[in-house]
Amino acid sequence: MSTKNSSTSTLTMPSDREIVMTRVFDAPRELVFKAYTDPKLIPQWWGQRSTTTTVDKMDVRPGGVWRFVQRDADGNEYAFNGEYKEIVPPERLAYTFEFEGMPGHVLLETVTFEEQGGKTKVKVLSLFDSVEDRDGMLQSGMEAGANESNDRLAELLANS
Amino acid sequence: MARLATTSDVFNAIAEPQRRQILNLLAQGERSVNDIAEALHLKQPQASKHLRVLKQVGLVSVRGAGQQRLYKLTGESLKPIHEWVTPFERFWEENFDRLDEYLQEFQKKEK
Repeated sequence: MSTKNSSTSTLTMPSDREIVMTRVFDAPRELVFKAYTDPKLIPQWWGQRSTTTTVDKMDVRPGGVWRFVQRDADGNEYAFNGEYKEIVPPERLAYTFEFEGMPGHVLLETVTFEEQGGKTKVKVLSLFDSVEDRDGMLQSGMEAGANESNDRLAELLANS
Repeated sequence: MARLATTSDVFNAIAEPQRRQILNLLAQGERSVNDIAEALHLKQPQASKHLRVLKQVGLVSVRGAGQQRLYKLTGESLKPIHEWVTPFERFWEENFDRLDEYLQEFQKKEK
């Protein structure tokens, strides 16, 4: 099942424990990989626009730890952390991902950077440990994203 | 949110590739078992089996029309899946948008 929105992102669910987001960027692969792995560049794009992201830790090597903190206008902080598992410049990056607001629900994200005629296709695969983890995140996601029930996916499926 | 037993879980139901194909086909309109089997090159009992699972979790509904039984997609039942992926989609979409802007800006400066 896949959906396309107005931009070039595509979301697919290859299994009941995986979500894949794909997007093609008009930039060379080395540069896109750098944006993911350079602590100076993370604050430029990581996190919601309405927040400011600071890099607390970012040790880009297998076993190295990362921790990013988002601050909103009211001073609320949302921190994320994880551990780098695999670094293959400029092709692939794998790390664990945990939102400190809902500890214990860890997922593994594998980002692949594929060259496509001067452009770069970025694929983010998010894998949950178990369906229990997935459901835990579903519940907290529902609290956080509260009441924004819309049936866009259903509509898209119905119109595709 | 109350969860059903694993066998009758919406996520499980759509994890199977052939069942996803059936859903995509039904997204275009009502179909009979035979139409579905033919379109997806499945044996009729196989198609029936998948439809049974999809019906069990409420992803499809069925109605009798003369001799035929027509299957239809039930959009509402996709809601749990939608609610699950939405925060994700939003998170990555915004990051991707920002990354895209950054990359464009950066390359402009380089030129």
